[in-house]
Amino acid sequence: MIDWSHTALTIVVILGGALTLAGLLIWVERRLLGIWQERYGPNRVGPGGLLQALADMIKMFTKEDWIPPFADKAVFVLTPAIVVITALMSFAVVPIAPGFVVADLNMGILFFLAMSSLAAYSVIIGGWASNSKFAFLGSLRAIAQLLSYEVFMGLSLMGAVLLAGSFNLSDIVEAQRHLWFVVPQFLGFLGFFMAGLAEAHRTPFDMPEAEAELVAGYHAEYSGMKFGMFFVGEYLSVIVLSAMIVILFFGGWHGPWLPPVVWFFLKTSGFIVLIFLIRATWPRVRFDQLLSFGWKVVMPLALINLLVTGGIVLARMGEGR
Amino acid sequence: MTPRSSAMKDTSTGERAGVVAELEGRFGSEGFLTAAQYTKDEIPTIWIEKNRLRETLRYLQSEIPHPFPMLFDLSATDERLRRHHEGLPIGVFTVFYHLFSFDRNQSIRIKVPLKGEVLSLPSIVDLWPNADWYEREIYDMFGIGFDGHPFLRRLLMPPWWEGHPLRKDHPARGTEIGRFQFPPEKLVMTQEALQFKPEEWGLSRTHHDPDFDYMFINLGPAHTGTHGVLRLVTQLAGEEIINIVPDIGFHHRAQEKIAERQTWHTFIPYTDRVDYLQGVLNEMPYCLSVERLAGIDVPTRAQTIRVMMSEFYRLASHLVWYGTFAQDIGALSPVFYMFNDRERIHAITEAICGGRMHPNWFRIGGVAQDLPIGWDKLIHQFVDWFPSRLDQYERLVMDNPIFKERTVGIGAFSLEDAIAWGATGPMLRACGLPWDLRKVRPYSGYDQFDFEVPVASNGDCYDRAVVHVLEMRQSLRIIRQCLDSMPAGSYKSLDPLATPPLKERTMHDIETLIHHFVGVSWGPVLPPGEAEVPTESSKGQTSYYLTSDGAQVSYRTRIRTPSFAHIQMVPFMARGELLSDLLAVLGSVDYVLSDVDR
Repeated sequence: MIDWSHTALTIVVILGGALTLAGLLIWVERRLLGIWQERYGPNRVGPGGLLQALADMIKMFTKEDWIPPFADKAVFVLTPAIVVITALMSFAVVPIAPGFVVADLNMGILFFLAMSSLAAYSVIIGGWASNSKFAFLGSLRAIAQLLSYEVFMGLSLMGAVLLAGSFNLSDIVEAQRHLWFVVPQFLGFLGFFMAGLAEAHRTPFDMPEAEAELVAGYHAEYSGMKFGMFFVGEYLSVIVLSAMIVILFFGGWHGPWLPPVVWFFLKTSGFIVLIFLIRATWPRVRFDQLLSFGWKVVMPLALINLLVTGGIVLARMGEGR
Repeated sequence: MTPRSSAMKDTSTGERAGVVAELEGRFGSEGFLTAAQYTKDEIPTIWIEKNRLRETLRYLQSEIPHPFPMLFDLSATDERLRRHHEGLPIGVFTVFYHLFSFDRNQSIRIKVPLKGEVLSLPSIVDLWPNADWYEREIYDMFGIGFDGHPFLRRLLMPPWWEGHPLRKDHPARGTEIGRFQFPPEKLVMTQEALQFKPEEWGLSRTHHDPDFDYMFINLGPAHTGTHGVLRLVTQLAGEEIINIVPDIGFHHRAQEKIAERQTWHTFIPYTDRVDYLQGVLNEMPYCLSVERLAGIDVPTRAQTIRVMMSEFYRLASHLVWYGTFAQDIGALSPVFYMFNDRERIHAITEAICGGRMHPNWFRIGGVAQDLPIGWDKLIHQFVDWFPSRLDQYERLVMDNPIFKERTVGIGAFSLEDAIAWGATGPMLRACGLPWDLRKVRPYSGYDQFDFEVPVASNGDCYDRAVVHVLEMRQSLRIIRQCLDSMPAGSYKSLDPLATPPLKERTMHDIETLIHHFVGVSWGPVLPPGEAEVPTESSKGQTSYYLTSDGAQVSYRTRIRTPSFAHIQMVPFMARGELLSDLLAVLGSVDYVLSDVDR
């Protein structure tokens, strides 16, 4: 029996929380980049520039909603919605604390993978519908990138699934009560982190929007709130990515003294900042380099990892019998 | 200082340069050599007839012992208003070819007079690939044709321009050509002229596979990766670059034309704007050439101040290159660190010169003012603080594995290619030739300094970066030596052709006052002659080839810039690489569009 009022409340809290956080992160990232780059960053609107995201939002909402005459209108308009919807849908399966989850699906991981794959469509059809060369090249790169990271993204998670014996995210967190999976599944963690960065189009895998050569790539033709959706969508996927890393490899809400929600929040924030720090430090790889690295290095490693983990799990089951 | 009575030097004195004798030995003196000219820079300058041009150049390029493999510069002069030709066989136009030999450390200038009705010369694009743009530039500026040139069309001016700007009868100012109008028809016409038609450049739209078309993508003139108004029409198969057609001239400000109306002094501020990143490094070759022309000796203190400021501007320019290169590869932060450092350098240049990017600091015969009180303290702080920053950047950028992955082996070319394309500066040294004019032909007292010429061997993007980075340390080393042993003395020459007399003296006698008045209001008159002193600027060899016709303005100022030669190489370097690599190539080349277009 589902408690509807509880679920509705959870949805509102998570949806509101995620969107606010995404808006806030825009400011956090810009401030952090500012500090790391010997400059201030946005510090004028509100205390310490805190309301910068709000000001940006007002600007974006009031801008002319321009659709290029050469674009495929229907698809062009639909695309930004896909970005945000898929990213928000992923939050449905994220267990923040025991019982604090919208849908405690028993195949939660698969749902997350499905949503992240759907998000890739937004980039591909967004670039295609824009009908401009730069956007087109951006989406071609996104496809090439997709072909490299999608494969090992799923594979690198399977080790954790095997160890927990479940696809349910809450079960996976519960299974890490004594030992975080980052220790036995270090290779899996690295593979997933890398795939996640590629999926969220974050440095060093931001080739589809490479500002140096493709001047924003797949969303070059978007402006106003449509661009804003891409922008917010990117931050949402950064949050989801960090949350998933925490859930799968860093023990989710587990931690001493502090309440579970706080632990979850702290760990997730840590990864978000790490992703920002990577952006501030590293250059961008070339898409063919990601392809060959993904297929020739990470993919075999993920497979070996899965094989060894599977063997160990089987051996343990044998002992238990 | 007395001007030479004749531009011709007596041929019987045996002072003739060896190369001229060698040429005569090969071709026979009968009907080959029209004249040998004496120039103030002592570069052997010979005049030959048009039908002898190609065989002479080919002989100099490859057959002569210790050949001249580099076409350093190629341009022309409109001779129609020339008063002091001193018996030289000038025609309507003169086209000059400046070749350079590394073996001999020597230049030679071949001049061809154009006299008849038909203004044309045989093209030498098949001998030197970099003659392509130089010949187009001459066609554009003078209307001289080149037979056998594959794509002879305007280079700097728009295709619809009427007239040839560097001809003496072309107006120099907007006020001379009537009211500017831009009716809608003209808008349509200029827009159409900007349309790229691949067929016009011998490029095919379709692949041999009928289902496959090439993509032509316009990078620029407004593009984040081109560092200015450069347009690169890129032919792509997927992301692979098949060919590139650069379109330059968006930043053209007619510097060479302006030089023909500014006095010798008042052109100095314009030189700052030729390469707007390197400030006094532009003024150096101009002032040296003027001083050579006028026979002015620069006091040691002034020379040392010049060297010190030059190295500061080299650092500033290299810092901009460093940051933007890292950004082209996708690294966000370095550019902020490096611009902050550059800000510190400009705080120093501002304290000394008063200006930052456009210091207007050198004067003919010296510098504008003496160093301010406390200058050494400022510089001490900087040289003590900067090396650790360079170490950090090396860890952040040069040692980064992704950076190496993106740059090693990308856009590589051999030393032979570099020479054939006229590459100089870090582009040349990255191929393994330690050729730095500060070392091999010291000027302004560079021979008094202890420094090394960094080289690398592979000629790829990474090696160009290595050379740049090491050069910054050498610049710092030179600045330190200036700081430790700045000579005492005057900061400017008291030669009457140099800076005007000191103001204090003008208050004592009328002669000096008159001299000051005339020098400031009209400008000094330089003796007729020619001089060119190439120098090592931040991006390569820059030179100002000045022709004086005995007036207070230059008769012809030819500005040879490294960026022009280097940008011409970009299609050659990027062919077969991926689109992302084009950005690495552009970033590593270190060019400034103002330096390309002038």
